Amino acid sequence: MKSSGVIGRTLGWVDDRTGLVAVTEHAMFHKVPRSAKWWYVFGSATLMFFIVQLVTGVLLTTLFVPSAAEAYQSLVYIDEKIPMGWMLRALHGWSSNAMCIMMLIHMTQIFLHGTYKYPRELTWVAGVALCVTTLGLAFTGQIMRWDANAYWGLGIGAAIVDRVPLIGNWLRSVVLGGPDISGATLSRFFALHVFILPGTAIGLIGLHLILVLKGGISEMPKVGQPVEPETYREEYEGRVKKTGVPFFPDAARRDMVFCGAALIGLIGLAAWYGPFGPGPLPSPTIIEVAPRPDGLFLWLFAVLALLPPDTETFLILVGPPVGIAFLAALPFISPRGERAPSRRPISVIILCIIVTALAVLTWLGETSPWSPVMKAWTSIPTPVEYVRGRSPLELQGAIQLQYAQCRNCHSIGGEGGERGPALDDVATRLNWDQLVRQIQQGGGNMPAYGKNLSSAETEALVAFLSTLDGGHLPARIPGAMERQPGRDQSPTADPRAEGESDADADTVAAR
Amino acid sequence: MSERPSEESTGVDSASANSSEADGCEGCEAAKGGGRRGFLFAAGTTLLTVGGGLAAVPIVGVAIGPAEAGDPNRWISLGKATDFKIGETVLVKFTNPWDSPTDGDTNENVCYVRCIDHATFQVFAVTCAHLGCPVEWFAQSRLFMCPCHGGVYYEDGARASGPPPRGLYEYVWRVEDGSFEILGGRLPGLQEST
Repeated sequence: MKSSGVIGRTLGWVDDRTGLVAVTEHAMFHKVPRSAKWWYVFGSATLMFFIVQLVTGVLLTTLFVPSAAEAYQSLVYIDEKIPMGWMLRALHGWSSNAMCIMMLIHMTQIFLHGTYKYPRELTWVAGVALCVTTLGLAFTGQIMRWDANAYWGLGIGAAIVDRVPLIGNWLRSVVLGGPDISGATLSRFFALHVFILPGTAIGLIGLHLILVLKGGISEMPKVGQPVEPETYREEYEGRVKKTGVPFFPDAARRDMVFCGAALIGLIGLAAWYGPFGPGPLPSPTIIEVAPRPDGLFLWLFAVLALLPPDTETFLILVGPPVGIAFLAALPFISPRGERAPSRRPISVIILCIIVTALAVLTWLGETSPWSPVMKAWTSIPTPVEYVRGRSPLELQGAIQLQYAQCRNCHSIGGEGGERGPALDDVATRLNWDQLVRQIQQGGGNMPAYGKNLSSAETEALVAFLSTLDGGHLPARIPGAMERQPGRDQSPTADPRAEGESDADADTVAAR
Repeated sequence: MSERPSEESTGVDSASANSSEADGCEGCEAAKGGGRRGFLFAAGTTLLTVGGGLAAVPIVGVAIGPAEAGDPNRWISLGKATDFKIGETVLVKFTNPWDSPTDGDTNENVCYVRCIDHATFQVFAVTCAHLGCPVEWFAQSRLFMCPCHGGVYYEDGARASGPPPRGLYEYVWRVEDGSFEILGGRLPGLQEST
């Protein structure tokens, strides 16, 4: 410290005893490339949201009771009785999402700009470890919400761990803290969420920042300026010395603007949308729930639904470690060469594929067309036009369609499950015999109803389904047509003609 | 930092023969000195190893203890066998015999009991064999359906369709003096025999 006066002398004393002032000075005023502009703000924003998480998280531990008997009530109490308690939970929840999003954008930018190459390999590796830790914090945070999603989410986690060969059952007991999901499980995940993972994150962030300072902030990639480990350091340092600017305040201005705006945005989101959950009670006896993970993990939920069952266990257990190992190994696979995206088309294509896949899987996870709509059979009525003027047998079939929970998986009139095909024009695809066969024997993703429906019920159901031609003329299969009860009436007896347009009436009459 | 560890490690091995952890460590120079310095280094290494090992007993014990706690399953009465209606499948609550004071709602549990006749039952876990979501029984279509990934099971628990790799998990049951009992406590999983 060169400055004199009380402050200068104090800083000098502190630096003499700790060496911290010089370190801080170096961190603040070290030179960074002039080209480090708006692309470089996302790492700072991730760190800022992490600090928000630490502060709100510590406060939440003073209010949250990590006991399975009281956690839910303590959350409700925080939301409803503690002044601004709901805002504290909202900030923690929204900041968690924001941190993950900023982290992913930061990672994407580093990947896209080839910043992980020499000499910043270990900065990237520490970043990958931070990514895994952050996702771990997000998952365990969902457990802290101790509602039905948390309980059944743990069940899903337990079922995945259970698939580990040989030691799965043992490992599951270690993870759950016992033979079943219980108070011990919440305690274990609490320890992970508030001690182990944040401690790991703080250590890794420290390491990450030290490595950033050691390797220097990268320049924007330039075509024709490849990374050559033999000469890179010298050239980089030469350029930064000549044209670089001090991190504070020159480069930090943009970080400050972005972080400030992001923080205000966070407060706005938290105030407007409020906290996440808690949802329904975490009771194993309440089974009328459809557990869903938080948005960040919806893609995983989709993957677990869509993987072929034969490969599922292998891919669930081997996929994530291999993926993480590949990410961590990236700088060692590709330590040199061009950094500019325009010269790294394969990297850009891989990135596009990953982003598209995650986006599509997240969308699929959100809509989850593979999930039966469990209440469809009682809560969604049969559209009037589908039953208007049907014969008694066909009407009985319409009742059967609701009663046998067909609509949990099949929609008609645009409402119902999407697990099976919509039935609005099923008669154009399957004739009478094929319908009977499909109902009796199942096939595809459909269970066989052979033992569960009497022949009279099946006949009624098929009679009704045979009327669902979507306004199209059903395929004429002579043998099949003759056996359709209710179909061998005179065409004018088909009451759908009533009130319909002439064209439709003609179509019906043509039968 | 130094280029010497390989040479030094032999010295370390002779100085603290029982301590494999001393291999290639920094500060092994102290051990090289022999005499009092070597003894102190060896003693320090030994004491720390023994102390660490002793401390590890409760630490590892508590960490993995839950997996070593023995068979948590106990016979749990679900009522009189004759109270179940023949031909029906019903959801029955029971209290998990493996409990602690902080379990709250999680200590309550449920299973499906299918009464074929008063001497023949099937008891199913509510958790889907795919990934553990709760399956719902539909008496009209006589199917169990899972709300997560669309697994479906027949009334005898056999897999009907969807991603589950097997049928529903079943509890072992018995009728003792008219009381219908199941062997429960552990969350059923793929590596169970039933």
